[in-house]
Amino acid sequence: MRRLFSFILFSMISVFMLAQGHDHDHGDGHNHDHAHDHESHAGHDHDNGETHAGHDGDHHHANYLISNPNTDCGASVSVDQNHEYDPTATAIHHISDANVYTILDAVRIPLPAILYSKDRGVEFFSTGKFEAGHHDNGAKSYNGYVLFEGNIHKLACSDKFVDGTTAVDGFGRVEVAGADGKSVERRYAVIGGKGFLLEQKTIWDGGILGGGVTSFMDLSPTKSVVSMLIVCLILFFAFRAAAKAYTKNEGQAPSGIQSFLEPVFQFIRDDVAIPFIGEKKYEKYLPLLMTIFFFILGLNLWGQIPFLGSVNVSGSLTVTMILAVLVFLITNFSGNKNYWGHIFNFPGVPWFVKLILTPVEVLGLFIKPLTLMLRLAGNITAGHIAILSFVGLIFIFGNSGTNMAGATTGTILAIPLTIFMMSIELIVAFVQAFVFTILTASYIGAATEEHH
Amino acid sequence: MTGTLAALGAGLAVIGAGIGLGQIGGKAVEAIARQPEAAGDIRGAMILMAAFMEGAALIAILLAFFIK
Repeated sequence: MRRLFSFILFSMISVFMLAQGHDHDHGDGHNHDHAHDHESHAGHDHDNGETHAGHDGDHHHANYLISNPNTDCGASVSVDQNHEYDPTATAIHHISDANVYTILDAVRIPLPAILYSKDRGVEFFSTGKFEAGHHDNGAKSYNGYVLFEGNIHKLACSDKFVDGTTAVDGFGRVEVAGADGKSVERRYAVIGGKGFLLEQKTIWDGGILGGGVTSFMDLSPTKSVVSMLIVCLILFFAFRAAAKAYTKNEGQAPSGIQSFLEPVFQFIRDDVAIPFIGEKKYEKYLPLLMTIFFFILGLNLWGQIPFLGSVNVSGSLTVTMILAVLVFLITNFSGNKNYWGHIFNFPGVPWFVKLILTPVEVLGLFIKPLTLMLRLAGNITAGHIAILSFVGLIFIFGNSGTNMAGATTGTILAIPLTIFMMSIELIVAFVQAFVFTILTASYIGAATEEHH
Repeated sequence: MTGTLAALGAGLAVIGAGIGLGQIGGKAVEAIARQPEAAGDIRGAMILMAAFMEGAALIAILLAFFIK
């Protein structure tokens, strides 16, 4: 009971601190002086290889309004005096991947940036060079790249800034009507009082998903990649400890981490692998099922830890897509004659039914991994967004940080809702890892089933 | 306007999913009450079916999300 109380107290203080941080940002403290502030700081030498801790105040950026949004280089800008809190943009920013690892908006661990462009070749530097501040916006540009909301973007006229660092005053975004009538968001970095258009954040899909094609590729290990490596290491050491324990206390009751892993392992083996795949073949697929289960569970739980970067790895479509593609390949390569017969030539039905049944079965072949991918990513992302929305209540009630009484009410309202949501997410973390595993087992089971 | 329609579509998908989940959960609890010794099997089947249904709802929601 005392533990629960101190946890609630701790979260109250933390959420309140968060509210204070935003208060600082969206209050009335922004004016043109900020631009001069940055110039005076430009001369300071920062150690780029090290952690940048808490640049309070001086790296908070002004938001800018863009006056002539059709100019790519050197658009005229003005400071947005009453910038309002945008819950959607904040939520999207917090579930997105980033090129810095931010813990509680105070500690920013720079990650390596590996960029490739056709004209410049491979560039390799630390994202500490951007000197990221609040909302992971970089205070400096480096060789024509800037850090905007945690992601590396290229300036449209990057050839003007090829040599070293330049101070960035702030960022601005503007909606303009695109070629097909839809509104397109153009984002600007403000350097030296002028706006410079940012290219889209780089995606490898060639613009299929609407991200656009960029002139450079970002091959950097991002926050998600680092989290994945950390989770893999944790799993490796946990399982090594458990494996050692089996030789050490053979014939005795399990101890330590072993007593947590053993029932989970047995549960997956006895309730998932054996019933779905069968006594004879389950051992061949058991390592795959265990890896999938513990990898997803580890990532889900790692993303649930409050204030530790709250990464959204298993909620990222890319990660779940690779997992689903793996399951798809393994399922179909282990498919036997019986399995393919049921898809292309369903036994015991007349030919005109086969005309409908075969396309449906072939379609089902691809829908299975597609739903695997969407289910996991959708569930985890939805959980993160729900928590962010509840925290966002503080800023909505507090009128973007100008109304302290409203913010307090919002905080009191947000804390129980957030704790409730986090408990639900804890269950979801286990259930989704389990569901992914059980579905993989059932697909493999269907593919390897003998004729009956 | 299209954005509003997409949101409406997502909402409808959630209503469908809600009805489906209620059916699955209700029937599973009924079945467990009738045959408590088969609780493990029923629970497994229930989660599997819920996952299938949730997949359909999520496809609808994501389509609504992407088609603006």
